[in-house]
Amino acid sequence: MNATLQDQSALPIHIQSLTKKYDRLFALNAVSLDIRSGEFLTLLGPSGSGKTTLLMAIAGFNRPDSGSIKFGDEEVILKPPHKRNVGMVFQSYALFPHMSVAENIAFPLKLRGIKGQESTDRVNQALATVQLEGLGERGIEQLSGGQRQRVALARAFVFKPRILLMDEPLSALDKKLRDQMQIELKNLHEQLGVTTVYVTHDQREALTMSDRIVVINDGQLCQIDTPHAIYNQPVDRFVADFIGESTMLPLTRNNSGDLVYIDQIISSKNSTSVNTEALLVIRPERLFVINESNIDRENTIVFNGKVKEFVFQGDTAFVVLSINETDTLSFRFSTDAAAADNYLQIGQPLSVGLARHNVIVIPKDTNQ
Amino acid sequence: MQWFNRPVSDTQITQWQRMWLYIVAAIIMLLLVVPSFIVIPMSFSNSQYLEFPPETWSTRWYETYFESAKWMRATITSLKVGFLTMLFATPIGVMAAYALYVSGHRFARAVFAFLVTPMIVPVILIAIGTFYAFGKFGLNNTITGLVLAHTVIAIPLVTIVITSAFRNYDLDQERVARSLGASRIRAFFVITVPQIKFSVATAALLSFLTSFDEVIVSIFVSGGKNATLTKHMFGALRDYIDPTIAAISTIMILVSTILLLITQFFGKKSS
Repeated sequence: MNATLQDQSALPIHIQSLTKKYDRLFALNAVSLDIRSGEFLTLLGPSGSGKTTLLMAIAGFNRPDSGSIKFGDEEVILKPPHKRNVGMVFQSYALFPHMSVAENIAFPLKLRGIKGQESTDRVNQALATVQLEGLGERGIEQLSGGQRQRVALARAFVFKPRILLMDEPLSALDKKLRDQMQIELKNLHEQLGVTTVYVTHDQREALTMSDRIVVINDGQLCQIDTPHAIYNQPVDRFVADFIGESTMLPLTRNNSGDLVYIDQIISSKNSTSVNTEALLVIRPERLFVINESNIDRENTIVFNGKVKEFVFQGDTAFVVLSINETDTLSFRFSTDAAAADNYLQIGQPLSVGLARHNVIVIPKDTNQ
Repeated sequence: MQWFNRPVSDTQITQWQRMWLYIVAAIIMLLLVVPSFIVIPMSFSNSQYLEFPPETWSTRWYETYFESAKWMRATITSLKVGFLTMLFATPIGVMAAYALYVSGHRFARAVFAFLVTPMIVPVILIAIGTFYAFGKFGLNNTITGLVLAHTVIAIPLVTIVITSAFRNYDLDQERVARSLGASRIRAFFVITVPQIKFSVATAALLSFLTSFDEVIVSIFVSGGKNATLTKHMFGALRDYIDPTIAAISTIMILVSTILLLITQFFGKKSS
């Protein structure tokens, strides 16, 4: 839609064994990561995981103790932030309150010597891209949270940076607006084609927007994968626990080395790469209530138990099933208005099934 | 009297129930201000001596002041020293406050405490120390010395004012400006300074006033042709009491009040 906004060529980012210590704690511990040209990559992790440290290192606001950061072929580790030509959106938006919306967006253009009509045109174009046409003369105080967010975005891409960095840009918005902005950001990314690194602690946000997600914890990268793979094939306990809801059941090994839960083979010796103690990870939405008609024993793992808790949550109902003295299983099913009278009773016996293709097996210890 | 029964706030407390608070506040304000204002009628007295209330009125003591070469020289010294103090203390204090705010260093608090010690140490100690230190360097009775000493006293004020201004300032603005292509210095002057400028103006006026009103250090380290107005006033009060002092005091009250009002105005704007 905007030819001039599209003509920027994106740059890949190559990060090699980046280390940053604060006192004796590793904020980043030998992190290596290749970010592809034009991709939307999310750094996802809990607070203190090092995700913001990594972003700030890419932006140039902190200097790692060792390692390398390349934009394309160019080493930037020693470059100050203002020479890196990177667009950045902060959590607080950091709009300049003493300037109008248009002046805010024109700021990076002014610094690059772009003035007059060209500047005006590009500001208007950027405003149109974030759907704020005609609001250029407004003061920052007059804008709503969502509008401020868009101005901050427009300011970050108006000078056609080849890399765009965002530090939890949606966390200050209410849920509805956040959901809407997630889609808009994704569309904007497709439109601009710029390499985007996005930091968040919100797993849903990461799953919604990213081409790839990097799960980061304690200064180390746990897994780099597509949202689909991160959710369906977590590599360890931390990733399985951090992304989505899950129940984890301990597995044992039978005489032939297969992984077993109670008396069912979950994963045969040959089909699993896990060779230590293992856990079965079950996503609550993947379980289904078994009635006599729908069992395909061949491809289904069956859990028998008693209903321990039942909670109606509107769109879904949440059930906790106790299998034996130690293990419980949580799952959800979609509600139905007609079912109101025969919902589950506490203590009632119940069997649930898990299709074999939904089995996730991970090593028991996160630090293998 | 409907006003008495009107609720003050959401708490439903009426103005009448709060009356005692207003009275206490008024008394305290009077106690603070009356001793200073008493010199105003005294300055318009026709008498040779300081008296209150004056029996006859005149402006002769203002004429004496403006016609005296000695008083005029002292006034110019005070203005000059005040201005130079402002010129030095303001940037130093701003830089200190900025550095402490940006660094987030674990010793930042300790450094801040150290910076404001001149406000806590009794001024007489600073005066004595400065006097002996200046003796070694031949700085007593010089403008340079006086400006140095007053700058030391004014820096804490500037630092405190600017530090509190930074409390409402989002440093990410400067970061974003740098990511958008502004060097650090440029980001500071184009983004940060415009947003704390009223606090900087306030701090500058306060540092001027600090020097202009300062007596104790001035008594020790200023003298001769570089004596300040306050030092002369102190001397005059001791040697030959006449209402010129009252006239000068009135003028100083006026100057200080105007400057403080300007500061208040800036304070409102910056918040």
